[in-house]
Amino acid sequence: MFAYIVRRVLATIPVMAIVALFVFSLLYIAPGDPAAVIAGDQATPADVERIRASLGLDRPYLVRFGAWLWDILRGDLGTSIFTNLPVATMIRQRIEPTLSLMIVTLILAVSIAVPMGVVAAWRQGTWIDRAVMGFAVLGFSVPVFVVGYVLAYIFALELDWLPVQGYTPFSRGFFPWMENLILPAVALGSVYIALIARITRATMLEVLQQDYIRTAKAKGVGQRSILFVHALKNAAVPIVTVIGIGMALLIGGAVVTESVFAIPGLGRLTVDAILRRDYPVIQGVVLLFSFIYVLVNLAIDLAYTLFDPRIRY
Amino acid sequence: MALLEVENLQTHFRTPDGINRAVDGVNFHVNAGETVAIVGESGCGKSVTAMSILRLIPEPPGKIAGAIRFNGKNLLEASDKEMRAIRGNEISMIFQEPMTSLNPVLTVGRQIGETLRLHQGLSAQEAEDRAVEMLNLVGIPEAKRRVREYPHQLSGGMRQRVMIAIALACNPKLLIADEPTTALDVTIQAQILELMKDLKHRVGAAIVLITHDLGVVAEVAERVIVMYAGRKVEEAAVGPLFRNPRHPYTQGLLGSMPKLGSSLTGEETRLAEIPGLVPSLKKKIPGCVFASRCPKVTDLCTQYAPALEEKAPGHVAACHYALREEVVAA
Repeated sequence: MFAYIVRRVLATIPVMAIVALFVFSLLYIAPGDPAAVIAGDQATPADVERIRASLGLDRPYLVRFGAWLWDILRGDLGTSIFTNLPVATMIRQRIEPTLSLMIVTLILAVSIAVPMGVVAAWRQGTWIDRAVMGFAVLGFSVPVFVVGYVLAYIFALELDWLPVQGYTPFSRGFFPWMENLILPAVALGSVYIALIARITRATMLEVLQQDYIRTAKAKGVGQRSILFVHALKNAAVPIVTVIGIGMALLIGGAVVTESVFAIPGLGRLTVDAILRRDYPVIQGVVLLFSFIYVLVNLAIDLAYTLFDPRIRY
Repeated sequence: MALLEVENLQTHFRTPDGINRAVDGVNFHVNAGETVAIVGESGCGKSVTAMSILRLIPEPPGKIAGAIRFNGKNLLEASDKEMRAIRGNEISMIFQEPMTSLNPVLTVGRQIGETLRLHQGLSAQEAEDRAVEMLNLVGIPEAKRRVREYPHQLSGGMRQRVMIAIALACNPKLLIADEPTTALDVTIQAQILELMKDLKHRVGAAIVLITHDLGVVAEVAERVIVMYAGRKVEEAAVGPLFRNPRHPYTQGLLGSMPKLGSSLTGEETRLAEIPGLVPSLKKKIPGCVFASRCPKVTDLCTQYAPALEEKAPGHVAACHYALREEVVAA
């Protein structure tokens, strides 16, 4: 088990290297010249050239990639072209809101979606099942920003229960922090809830047909225990897998959600950096997200052993 | 009063192309401590009968009618809560497939202990200790270690032993065994049957044994019910039934058993068979249910269903032509 974890962690290195190369190349190919943007409208071609040289943009592609990679390995993500702050510092300043949003969304989504899917499977074909499936289709098809604006309109503007926008750091207390996160988390979570609920329902339907469920009934086990102990534990592996894959949705969705709810997180940082062609920041953030995604999926692979004793590493 | 009385049991299933009358008007009883076998080929309603007793038939599409009296109480009128208190406690069940009947993600000890915690209110520790005792009782070596293992770490025979341990943990009054040995190797089959017989004496439970294996019936049963196409066609004590089968279907079943010592090279090397298949249960059959496959069929059989008649003391059969008392010396 321990050897497996070490192997898996080591295996993330080549994955990350490929991601790094991809991120770097993407920006190299992308249109727009940061030197020209920085220099502004009044600059002469000579000015632009000077700025370009100072940024190191005139060096060959592979040399630049090598230098960048070497810096990263030493823990230096580079310096923002615009703010002249180290990228690592900028990320550190912005990471709390994004992590808060993702964790709250994750907990909210799993705790809503799994019971929803379980009940839908148990009551297959009834109005409860149809309602859950209808919600799932809605969750899939309505974009995050629409859900976000509708929620903000109803719960913040009309009912005045929750703040419209913004973020309160966790250090100012749990409730103020939570108050600002509920609406964004629901907006961001709707797709995620739909995805998890559907998979839960489908897997549970299959598991509920199994012989051991009949055995549990014959033993006099109650319905709740049959669903949440005997069946759900058997259905856990596909559900957990989808939760992991869905992290990608959360990362993508966080960028949009943070814009809708004016949350000063990594998503906003990314959008701003893209608009300004602030290459080092974009690269740093994307690399960080990839790293989180790889780690989450490693954690999920390891979590399989908790649910299914037949899986051994 | 019998321990279990099944009266006019009808278990029907709604299907897209009509109602499937899987069990259609079956009566029988089981006395305390008695072993009754229900035999018949696949699709004749044995398992559905067994599942109906514990109300494990999903409703809908299933529908159970008639009366199932256990200790005088009609189980078909019991609430879900009352049924849960009976299942696994007073009536328990062993299934055919030991490979799939145990939950793969829960330890063996947990699965045995669950009934004890549920019905006898034992603590987790007490339940585990008792689970170890049960594993010892059903002959699983190293019970202390095995109790923490998962089903995939056990062989098929051991898993069936675990199923038996689960079923007997609460000392039930009635054990329903649905083809308990069918999925096992022949040597393991004998061991499991021996174990069931042994435990039955210790626990004193009555057994309803569902099987299509007449060898098993001869081995353990005291009384036999022969089912065909959702009905009971013959019932007798095991001796008279094997010596003197009255119904042509029973005769066919017995005739299709290989006999020890019969020649493998002579004229009659081929086993007798009953031609045809169990008829569709979606149509009402006007005459005798076995008429389409019976070697002795006449017009009477296809038009009028024979009633179950007592052909000899304690020996009933549903056939127009079954002899009342055996007149021909066998």
